Formats: sequence, structure tokens, C-alpha cells
Amino acid sequence: MSNLGVTLDTGPALVVSTRKGLFFLQPKSRKHTAPMQGSSDWQLSNPVFLGHIINHALLDPRDGRTLLAAARTGHLGPTVFRSLDAGNSWQEADRPPAFDKAQPGEKARVVSHTFWLSPGHASEPGVWYAGSSPQALWVSEDSGATWGSVRGFNDHPEYEARTEDPQAGTPDGPIMHSILIDPRDSRHMYLGLSGGGIYETLDKGETWNPLNQGMASPIAEAVAPGESMETPHGSIAWQETGPQHDPHCVQMHQQNPDVLYQQNHCGIYRLERPNTTWERIGNNMPTDVGDIGFVMGVHPRDSDTCWVFPMDGTDVWPRTCPGGKPAVFSTRDGGNTWARQNRGLPERAWFTVKRQCMAVSSADPAGVYFGTTCGELWGSENEGDSWYCLAAHLPEIYAVEAVEIQ
Amino acid sequence: MKVLIPQPLLSYTDHRDRVNAEGATLDEVLYDLDRQYPGIRFRMINEQDEMRPHIVFFVAGEKTRNLAEPLTDSEEVVIMQALSGG
Repeated sequence: MSNLGVTLDTGPALVVSTRKGLFFLQPKSRKHTAPMQGSSDWQLSNPVFLGHIINHALLDPRDGRTLLAAARTGHLGPTVFRSLDAGNSWQEADRPPAFDKAQPGEKARVVSHTFWLSPGHASEPGVWYAGSSPQALWVSEDSGATWGSVRGFNDHPEYEARTEDPQAGTPDGPIMHSILIDPRDSRHMYLGLSGGGIYETLDKGETWNPLNQGMASPIAEAVAPGESMETPHGSIAWQETGPQHDPHCVQMHQQNPDVLYQQNHCGIYRLERPNTTWERIGNNMPTDVGDIGFVMGVHPRDSDTCWVFPMDGTDVWPRTCPGGKPAVFSTRDGGNTWARQNRGLPERAWFTVKRQCMAVSSADPAGVYFGTTCGELWGSENEGDSWYCLAAHLPEIYAVEAVEIQ
Repeated sequence: MKVLIPQPLLSYTDHRDRVNAEGATLDEVLYDLDRQYPGIRFRMINEQDEMRPHIVFFVAGEKTRNLAEPLTDSEEVVIMQALSGG
């Protein structure tokens, strides 16, 4: 199967995955004499895979040419599309992620969709990882052509205790996300489970251990309306393993990989290894905004700088912009203090920014971009000081990635 | 035998909506389709060999969800896909 692709120039690009297809944006000019400040500064591609649900798509930074896209439609089964020529032509994976056929007495598992894609370690060209719903980890050693099960996680005897039942919990299904590979060691990886928490492996996926100390956990069904939906770490009900943990997005700083940031269902956290207890840096956010949200963006060079987009976690948890006042918040001191960054954003808006929808470029100063459920793509070329709309009227945005085409 | 391909799967068959496939059962026909048009079966049949929820097969005009449905060469297989939502 092939699909009409796009022609992309070498240089920076944004890969925008949506509920109705895949889009690319590139600056119209490589030689900017003035800061980019509007949609007219960007070239929006035609949609690729129009009508397909694209949960995640990104470029392989190791070759700058290979693109992978996790796709399904409303009614056809899930698959992975791949391009080896920067989006010009696409082929379907020969063997997309799929569970083994169940033996008699075994529970039959069916991949609903691939949710997350991560290129492997720089020393392993062609290796990719994928996280799916139901929660499972997949690996490809041929740039996404064929996928196999990472059995150390998927077939672990405690799989059901660690993960969330597909019939319960998250409306869009339990997902595996935030597959992070330590740039210093290909055998050292993290992954996130919504719900289920964060797991770490030191042996390339053979064994996994939970890394959830310090994280509050949501137990919405166990409390009456109006009461706290959190179980603080240290309370009797707190347990390190299980679907009550809900890390929405975890990021590792690429130049200082001991530093991890996390936007959790319950708040914003930071962890500096070898420590194993997360610190809730979201407690330092303004109380009228809170620290609920989905995205987490980290600075390409400064491990004390990150960006979040708070969502409303009051009442029935609308998870739209708190008070209808959209704003990015950033810290430049590891979460001790936070600054509101909303110059250029709408004064009133009620959109949601989903967990894969913030990207930070490697430019200096860093570009920060986020996509909304309303199909708007917003960007800042000055690390959040001011914002402008790059594109509007897109389908609901599921993921944004800032990449460099080679 | 003749197999009618629904629009969402035409990209697999070079946009031919009628193709030929061989097999003594519906399952065998789908495997033969996949041999000719790699990937098409998994979009309709999951890894547990179950039909995906919105895929429907008609054999000789009769709806079936039985992959073991026996077929004869003169019969026609129609693949239909429900469309719903927005």
C-alpha cells in the first residue's frame, strides 16, 4: 500500500498528528530577518492519510529522513506507516504491532492502536519502540517494517497487576507512552502507563521496576464528589504498583539524562536520579491555576527549564484552560518558581492540550509549540515570552513534534 | 472467486474494487487476498483471528461472521465496512 506524500525541504519542520490525518509545517523562509509571528510565515502541507487517525508521528533524528506514523481509522485495524524519504512516499509496516494468538486458557489481547513511537538509541540505527493500547511495548529493528513484542514487559507474570484493564478506566483506553531511552546507555529505558505509573529497565526491557515513589495517585471512584481525588504518597491507601498511577507525560532531559520531568494526572513532578522519589514541583504553581495538565516540554540545553500547559482540575475535571484563560507556565529553576507566559494567546478559550501536543525545538532560543483540541497550532520562537498562531482550523490535534529534516 | 473490495481498502488493491482470490473457506480467501495485497487482512481481522467490529462479509448474498464459512468458486464475497461517527 502506498499513499500520496509530501515534499519537505531540509531544515526545521513540525509534524502534526491529528484525528483526521497527518500535517507538516515548515518555515517559508530559512533566512528570517524578523521574528516569525503568524501563520503566513509557515507553509502548511496538504494532509497525508486524510481521514486516518494519526496518534503519533515523528522523524528519526538519526537519519533525518525516516518518518513513522501510528495510524488507524474508525473501523479498520491499527497499523504503522513509514516513509524513508522524508514523507515523499509511504509504505505500510509488513508486520504492525500485534499480540500473539492466545492459546487455550490464555487471555486474548488485541492491539486497539499504537499510541506512542520512540526512535531507539543513537548507536542502534533502525531500532524503534512503540507503546500501544492495550498497554504493551513493541520493538522494531528495521525502521518500523516489522514489530515484535518486548516480552519482558508484555508477558510478565504481573502484567495484569501493573497495567490497566482495557475495559476500565481511561475513556480512550489504557495507553503506554513516554518511552524514553537514556542517551548514555541503550539498555536503560523508562516508560509511562496511563494508568499504571512509570517503569524503568536497566537491561533493555528484560526486567522492569516501578518508579512511582512520591507520586500521588488518582482514585476518583473511591471518593465522594467534592472530596480530593488524590491519594498522597504516604497515606495508607498508597501503593507503588497499579493502575491508580497516571503519569500523563514524562520527559528526560537529553543533555542531562538524570533529570526527569513529569506532568501527572495529579500534578507536576521532577526527579533527579539516582534519587527514586519524585518531588512535586507543581506545589509551587499559583493556587488559582493548579498543576493539573497533560503536556511537558523540556529545554534542549537547560535542564532546569521546562514548560507546562495547566488544565482545569476542579469540580468534574473539565481539563480545559483554567478559568478560560489559556497560558503556558515555565520554570527556569527546576520548578521552584513558575512564570505565566500568555502574551499573544487568546484572552478567553476553552480548549484542551493533549499529552503529546507540546514540542520544543533545538533552536537557540528554543521554539516551543503546542496544538489544541480545536485544531490550532501555537508557537513561540522566544522560549514562551510571546505566542502566535501558526495554523488554525486543523482537525483535533493529537501530537506535535519539532524535527529537523536532513 | 470474485471479491468486492470496499472503498476504505481500495488503496491496497490499486483501486480495483473487484479482485479474484482463491480458497475453500472465507478464511482461506482472506489469506489469499493478503498474499496478493499485503496488509489488507489485518485491517479486517485481528491477531486473534476475529473479525473487527465494523467489518461485514457477505457470501453468496448472505451475511456471515464465520471465517470457516465454506465457499465454492461460483460464489462472490462482498466485503462491507460500516461507516459511522464523524
